[in-house]
Amino acid sequence: MKTFYWLVKREFWENRGGFLWAPIVTGVVFLVLNIMAIIAAEVVGARHGGFHIGGNNLQDLIANADAKDMQQIGAGLDIVMVSAMGLISFVTGIVVLFYCLGSLYDDRRDRSALFWKSLPISNTSTVLSKVASAVFLAPIIAVVVGIVIGIVQLVIFSLVLSMHGVNVWQLLTLAHPFRAIGSLLSSIPLYALWAAPAVGWLMLCSAWARSKPFLWAVAVPVVAGLMVTWFGIMGVFNLPAAWFWINIVARSLFSVFPGTHLAAGNYSLNAADLSEAHNPLVLISPAHTYTALASPNLWIGVAAGVALIAGAIWFRRVRDDN
Amino acid sequence: MNAVVTASGLNKRYKNTTALDHVSFQIQPGRIVGLIGPNGAGKTTALKAILGLTDFQGHLSVLGFDPRTQRDKLMEQVCFIADVAVLPRWIRVREAVDFVANVHPRFNRAKCEAFLARTKLTPNQRVKQMSKGMIVQLHLALVMAIDARLLVLDEPTLGLDILYRKQFYQSLLEDYFDENKTIIVTTHQVEEIEHILTDLMFIRDGKIVLDADMEAVGDRFAEVMVSADKADTARQMKPLDERQVFGKSIFLFDGADRATLEAMGEVRRPSVSDLFVATMKGTYA
Repeated sequence: MKTFYWLVKREFWENRGGFLWAPIVTGVVFLVLNIMAIIAAEVVGARHGGFHIGGNNLQDLIANADAKDMQQIGAGLDIVMVSAMGLISFVTGIVVLFYCLGSLYDDRRDRSALFWKSLPISNTSTVLSKVASAVFLAPIIAVVVGIVIGIVQLVIFSLVLSMHGVNVWQLLTLAHPFRAIGSLLSSIPLYALWAAPAVGWLMLCSAWARSKPFLWAVAVPVVAGLMVTWFGIMGVFNLPAAWFWINIVARSLFSVFPGTHLAAGNYSLNAADLSEAHNPLVLISPAHTYTALASPNLWIGVAAGVALIAGAIWFRRVRDDN
Repeated sequence: MNAVVTASGLNKRYKNTTALDHVSFQIQPGRIVGLIGPNGAGKTTALKAILGLTDFQGHLSVLGFDPRTQRDKLMEQVCFIADVAVLPRWIRVREAVDFVANVHPRFNRAKCEAFLARTKLTPNQRVKQMSKGMIVQLHLALVMAIDARLLVLDEPTLGLDILYRKQFYQSLLEDYFDENKTIIVTTHQVEEIEHILTDLMFIRDGKIVLDADMEAVGDRFAEVMVSADKADTARQMKPLDERQVFGKSIFLFDGADRATLEAMGEVRRPSVSDLFVATMKGTYA
């Protein structure tokens, strides 16, 4: 266990730029852009004789709002809070994708694999520590950074609105920061399960390729997809070619992007679910997202991921360069 | 005593070359073995087989382990320095020491820090900021702090200047080696390790062509400097090698009778490099 901790720590040392600085820089850039937008809006507003929404004073607007309006204001603030997370998630997806591709290849290319293999660490621990870094370490850091940035963002918006006479505390009670934080944190185990096949596939390519793991990782599923489409192989199973693209090609490459399971058609989200004041938090709440545990898509993916990771461990042992 | 390494019938083929051709040997504890051969003779493959870094056919036991399947256990007892610069470029001195200290059960941190204190390395320095010589110093400090039973060195001083090379072998002998430890070393700079070796192994085209301890080498091989008039007699004794120096001929004999040789001229113990060149004649032809 201690060895495993140090193995993960080693991954963090090596990939500090991707795991830590990429989400921080993304978040800070996001904040700076928002602040610039607010300043621009203030300047434009001032030139046109004061900042008014709907011709009314904002405080009056809130004072006159009914419960449903209040919910919508809260939903708006929630969107403000989690919007940073959306961008950071995308960046984390890219980081994890390239991390997995390099994880078992880079040290073979620069021959430092010889050093790591000269230590009493099994190939299984090495590979699993890299899997853990991809599906837990990277998203945990991203979520923590996303939460901090989201709270800063919420505070900035509230302060700006308070300069227009809106009661900050009243506004903040409309938002649901704890619910948002809980949802984001609880999404990590689901992400790990969902990302398993992509992480497995990318790491298998990383362990197996003698050169250009990226090319292999992309070319193999894409060429397979083209063959399947051209020859109509899926017709044998009475399935459209799109099935292959969605369930094999996309799953093996894009599942490392957090949130892609939301778009993968695992959910029967109807209008009624969203009608709760259109609050975006419903979409990312565990009560909703974890219904994916009932879908075979997720579990078949996990099984494929386990098999691919086992393959990566095997190639880590036998791949003998130079 | 049990042998540290026992190999029998080791076989390894790459696509169209034979790297190891039914090689068998034993290495006893407390020895410093020089594994010497021309480029591509199979030295590195033999070492990689011992370290569990490559697959092979045949039987190989290292400290009682099968390196193919028990590499992680084996590596508690075995250390390895490959030709320079296999330390990851991003790692800092401090991180390297921390990491090894926490994953290696036989690592002595104080010892490692004492070795590092003798160098110019600083804790926050990254490997990519170091010269080749400094990287080897760091690697050697890490390895010497591990109480291992077998140390494998593959061209450890390649590309180092003479100061670092001398210091490298001196540290090994003074601060590391003892009767419980075994060192296997390959190098092309034969002259430098000649005086520290206890055993000599020549490998050529995947075969061991010489496997003897240094005393036996001294008994078996002899070099005689013969004046021109006796050169023909010497040639009839089938020398391994002949070369000319200052109008005299120097012959290298394998297992010739001492008294006969002494009658012909001055007899010396051949240097390992001369022996090597004679043994490997025609390798690249």
